[in-house]
Amino acid sequence: MSMRIVIIGNSATAVGAVESIRQYDQAAEVMIISEEPHMIYSRPLLSHYLAGEIERPRLAYRGADFYVKHHVAAVLEDRVTAIEPDAHRVHTASGAEYAYDKLLIATGGQPIVPPTPGQEAEGVFTMTRLLDAERLLTYLRTHTVRRAVVVGGGMIGMKVTDALVKRGLEVTMVELAPLILSAALDQTASQMLSGLLRQAGVEIHTGNSVSEIGARGGHVAEVALKDGRTLPCDTVIFGVGVRPNVELARQAGLRVNRGIVVDEYMRTSAVDVYAAGDVAEAYDLVVDMNRTVAIWPNAYRQGMIAGAHMVGVLRPDKGGVAMNTVEAMGVPAMSIGYGNAPEGEYEVVTELDAPRHVYRRLVVKENRLVGAILVGQIERAGIYTGLIRHRIDISEHRRNLLSGHLSLLSLPDQYRKHVVRGVGIEV
Amino acid sequence: MKRIVIHEEYCIGCHLCEIHCLVQHSSSRDIIKAYRLERSHLMPRVLVEESGPISFALQCRQCEEPACIEACISGAMHRDERTGAVICDESKCVGCWMCIMVCPAGAIRQNLLGTRIASKCDLCYGADVPACVAHCPNEALTYEEVGEGR
Ligand SMILES: Cc1cc2nc3c(=O)[nH]c(=O)nc-3n(C[C@H](O)[C@H](O)[C@H](O)COP(=O)(O)OP(=O)(O)OC[C@H]3O[C@@H](n4cnc5c(N)ncnc54)[C@H](O)[C@@H]3O)c2cc1C
Repeated sequence: MSMRIVIIGNSATAVGAVESIRQYDQAAEVMIISEEPHMIYSRPLLSHYLAGEIERPRLAYRGADFYVKHHVAAVLEDRVTAIEPDAHRVHTASGAEYAYDKLLIATGGQPIVPPTPGQEAEGVFTMTRLLDAERLLTYLRTHTVRRAVVVGGGMIGMKVTDALVKRGLEVTMVELAPLILSAALDQTASQMLSGLLRQAGVEIHTGNSVSEIGARGGHVAEVALKDGRTLPCDTVIFGVGVRPNVELARQAGLRVNRGIVVDEYMRTSAVDVYAAGDVAEAYDLVVDMNRTVAIWPNAYRQGMIAGAHMVGVLRPDKGGVAMNTVEAMGVPAMSIGYGNAPEGEYEVVTELDAPRHVYRRLVVKENRLVGAILVGQIERAGIYTGLIRHRIDISEHRRNLLSGHLSLLSLPDQYRKHVVRGVGIEV
Repeated sequence: MKRIVIHEEYCIGCHLCEIHCLVQHSSSRDIIKAYRLERSHLMPRVLVEESGPISFALQCRQCEEPACIEACISGAMHRDERTGAVICDESKCVGCWMCIMVCPAGAIRQNLLGTRIASKCDLCYGADVPACVAHCPNEALTYEEVGEGR
């Protein structure tokens, strides 16, 4: 009898797993179970969809033939309610029961919604699922919405704000921290992006929060801020971030911290149970410890590693690097690794060209690049990422690399050869 | 799968590869028309790296484990089923630059000339020999079947 693999989740992690399973093995039975009714779509594209930049069909991350082509049985619109690791079985809300030989938990995250009086009013949204985007778009079509309050000045809040501005709304962003994007950027980069948002008419309140949502006729009419101010508005969108969906794992007795703890093959503490993607606490090579990092490339890669291991192929994880891209009014920004590391403990090299909205901050520790923040000019940024990921000693080429002169000719010979050949890097 | 092999020692830094790459990806495929009429939205997908006397032409390295495919949020970056080449489906790309953030060779560029898209080498899709290789006057680029563990 062939092996039976069950994957809970139908997103980046699941796709990485399926594609890698089929790279090595055609015989295993693979089943995907997902709570959402949709085919595989791209969560990060939701903000582009919201902005009106793309139509709904373009949300599809893989073709409609994905399941057929990879021989996957997809059970959509059903939620896994329990895992029995000893019996190797999962139960779903519809009452179904599925046996597995190997299980992958790829349940991602939940939007964080700080409990706020009045949050049940109509016109209050989160923005992590296609359903959320459809609901908000419907609300925008059927109601007069001029002013939006976005709660959260992190990556998601930023993307939602940019999208709503593109739709022509007046947006106010409310962020608890003293700076927006403070988890990823340093003060200079953060202030550059706030400046750009303000130029586009966005009002930003940092060091502040929404203490209450006021409604009129059941619909959002205003928010009260912690500092006592009241802002009239027609919709409130929570874009605070995500919390890993670990309840299933916890109830099943798996080892869970903030995320599900996994090893270099994405194995959890339970036999034959793997976890990967936003829900997993995997190794981050920059901070040199396990932690949750909710980004697409990590999800896909961890899915691949788990999938390979399930069918007996060892592709140990060398660790992820936290990174993301955002944009404010057409100016792109990137944060890679520990880009906002404090000066002193780390060597920090910066260059700022404020009028042109160009900024670069490179962070070095013991002759190795550990982080980068780039605003405005992002060409060839992956060269930095490669140096971080492979922990390359840059002492020979410090000057060129740190001055932003990004060329393969500025890389150490041995490493350059690997990059140029496109093979796996062992240096 | 065939790959473009770079021979640094033969590169004379003439940039003909860039010119012919641009022409090959124009709709006229004619050097004069491409430069006269289509230049505004075209850019070469090969880049000559230069530092003093050293130079070489760089295009996508066709990595065995492409970081760009892992990082792509739109599904545009993919491995072509027929040829095995890593290709960006420009009709799906949204220009988020995740691929640029992870390409260790810096071989993907922003094309902001038309709709924003990530621009990269497609091995001159379907061609027997990519244009940059065919037009290199000094065989600094060759197109070869290169096995694993090159
Ligand atoms: C608006 C927005 C913008 C983003 N932009 C970027 C970006 O630009 N770059 C980037 O790298 N990342 C971005 N991200 C993060 C990225 O989307 C995530 O890292 C990625 O989706 C994680 O994939 P995943 O497969 O681990 O989990 P998810 O994508 O969260 O998918 C979880 C899956 O599990 C299913 N599921 C959950 N619980 C159950 C259950 N009990 N039973 C059955 N099914 C269940 C869900 O239906 C879903 O299919 C963004 C996220 C958002 C919300």
